[in-house]
Amino acid sequence: MKALYLIVALAPLAGSLVAGLFGRAIGRAGAHWVTILSVLISFAGSVVVFLDVLKGNTFDGNVYTWITIGDVPLHVGFLIDQLSALMMVVVTFVSLLVHIYTIGYMADDTTSPGGYQRFFSYISLFTFSMLMLVMSNNFLQLFFGWEAVGLVSYLLIGFYYAKPTAIFANLKAFLVNRVGDFGFLLGIAIIFGVFGSLHYGTVFELAPGVADIVVEVIPRVPWSLLTLICVLLFIGAMGKSAQVPLHVWLPDSMEGPTPISALIHAATMVTAGIFMVSRMSPLFEFSDTARSFVIVIGGITALSMALIAVVVYDIKRVIAYSTLSQLGYMTVALGASAYPAAMFHLFTHAFFKAALFLAAGSVIIAMHHEQDMRKMGGLWKYLPITYATMLIAGFANAAFPPFAGFFSKDAIIEATHLADVPGAGFAYFCVLACAFFTALYTFRLVFYAFHGKPRWNAHDAAHGHDDHGHGHDHHGHGGPPHESPAVVTIPLILLAIPSICAGWLIGDIVFGDYFGNTIYIAPEHEGLREMASEFHGVVAMVMHGVFTLPFWLVVGGIATAFYLYIVNPSLPGRLRERFAFVTRILENKYGFDDFNQRVFAGGAIGTGKGLWKVGDVTVIDGIVVNGSARLVGWFAKLSRHLQTGYIYTYAFTMIIGVVLLLTLWFNRT
Amino acid sequence: MLSLTHVLVLGAILFSIAMVGIFLNRKNVIILLMAIELMLLAVNMNFVAFSRFLDDPAGQIFVFFILTVAAAEAAIGLAILVVLFRATRTINVDDLDHLKG
Repeated sequence: MKALYLIVALAPLAGSLVAGLFGRAIGRAGAHWVTILSVLISFAGSVVVFLDVLKGNTFDGNVYTWITIGDVPLHVGFLIDQLSALMMVVVTFVSLLVHIYTIGYMADDTTSPGGYQRFFSYISLFTFSMLMLVMSNNFLQLFFGWEAVGLVSYLLIGFYYAKPTAIFANLKAFLVNRVGDFGFLLGIAIIFGVFGSLHYGTVFELAPGVADIVVEVIPRVPWSLLTLICVLLFIGAMGKSAQVPLHVWLPDSMEGPTPISALIHAATMVTAGIFMVSRMSPLFEFSDTARSFVIVIGGITALSMALIAVVVYDIKRVIAYSTLSQLGYMTVALGASAYPAAMFHLFTHAFFKAALFLAAGSVIIAMHHEQDMRKMGGLWKYLPITYATMLIAGFANAAFPPFAGFFSKDAIIEATHLADVPGAGFAYFCVLACAFFTALYTFRLVFYAFHGKPRWNAHDAAHGHDDHGHGHDHHGHGGPPHESPAVVTIPLILLAIPSICAGWLIGDIVFGDYFGNTIYIAPEHEGLREMASEFHGVVAMVMHGVFTLPFWLVVGGIATAFYLYIVNPSLPGRLRERFAFVTRILENKYGFDDFNQRVFAGGAIGTGKGLWKVGDVTVIDGIVVNGSARLVGWFAKLSRHLQTGYIYTYAFTMIIGVVLLLTLWFNRT
Repeated sequence: MLSLTHVLVLGAILFSIAMVGIFLNRKNVIILLMAIELMLLAVNMNFVAFSRFLDDPAGQIFVFFILTVAAAEAAIGLAILVVLFRATRTINVDDLDHLKG
């Protein structure tokens, strides 16, 4: 199987290299065929691996020794178990569909020469990086994948490199991720320092032995070593999985083309943090403090980001904030020790969020790259397939039974309710309130974009005053928007299917023993086991769910959205004015951006300017360089007075010198 | 009786006169050359005195060498002086300050 693991990981890399290096030679069709084929191979391989893992064949071994430093060998290795096999299937499946979808989405892209090939090369490279991340069996390779997906994310957010906002956004994403990576790297360094190994298995085996070690990061404040490690690792996860306050990059990442928003910034890369924490469950289980931190951050993210999603108008940004909020859910589940629930939500979320994004992309194609929902409306007649898939994904996102999101989200809410780490009560409130707002913003999007009076102008829409200046090859002239081509709709349908039924696997994945011993939950954290004992099948769960609070919050959210955007469409505007203060706070995203811009960016610029003015101009140039020159000049000015040019002065000096020397000589004793 | 000290004192006085001649002379380069000659003579005086009182003829032989060299030096010095005068039309010491910093 080792060869197959290698093929799964390396096929997308090969595809990426071919499309990237020989893109001009093989042309557009060549580029998408080679990458799609490579990802298809990877997907097929992942399915085979997954089935093999289900039979109980796991693997943990090294395939290549990269380097040996002293007596520390650094390996490239694979850990193939239930956790990574699940991620592999999700990643390659969504990636495959996004590859196919991209053919349609980028068909009319002429922003940059070779951009089409470059795009395919990047997303294949992303698939490779993500697979390396999830398949890794050691922290170093994990970090490699972690940075590699960050790099590709950077490249793709800035795909339209002529657009200043895109460049700003990709730099922002990169810098914010650096903050998280700093914590992550420190965490890995401490792990290596303490355990002397980077191999997962070794570290997890030794973890219980160091549970009692206490360190003082700040003098006289004792911290458990494992808490320190877990918090640092989680800071890494906060960067990648966009948790408050490191979430600021994700909404801006929507500057990239929609397919990558679906693949990287919704379905796969941003869930890397969730995956990583689940993988580290044997460490996190030893630290209540760290999990408390996790659950509180998750709760804040879930609720605060859902609130922003209610007020923004950009169709992609609504979904982006929704992603943030759903990531908050997963984080809450991690904090509640319900790692399988987090992974399960990751799994279902990958499908319905990718579907939402790709459907939004289909709308954007139809509207000729118009993303403002205020200029949409009434589209359901013209885009039936997009509408249907959007609706399904919307129901899944809003956690309406029996769609996929219901099961995973209900499990998380219930697990949070049963959790006993400090902060769980707060998180429980957040996730409950968030259930209402999730339904509200999801259906606000659906009603805004697809129902109501058309607010677009047929003439404008057909002629497409967009930024990308594309041709009109297959759009025709005039007439209303029309459904996207099959390469766009087929991935949508393929994603809509798991958006409905992926949740039905909950019995096996969360409450069954699918994860076996890959995820460790300490015996005293009963929540999930308690829920498992009360689980009597999918149908029973739906029947039970209908009578619980979360369901009615969801129904309430949908009803509110229906009332506000269909029945009484003038009300939202009035509400906005009435609560202008709240709207302003939400529209300013709680001021995180302004704060970062002023304090961190401004502070960095200020520090730089200070160092330049004081350190460079004054100290180095003024004092050290010019100062020493001036000192020499001053000394020379003084000493030139000794050079009178008169012989008698020299003779006198000489005689005095001789007298002095002789005096010294005779008094030398 | 003339003792060694008397002669050495005479030498020292001669040397001092020469030194003062160098320092105080602000007028003429020729006086400067003469002062240098006088210094050499003061040194010769010491050599002769020691030679006489230590009964070592080497000192007197040395004096001959010094007188020879001094003669040569005076010739060269005067030659330079002539050239200098041709170049600057002056032998006034105070005017010869081309080395001034």
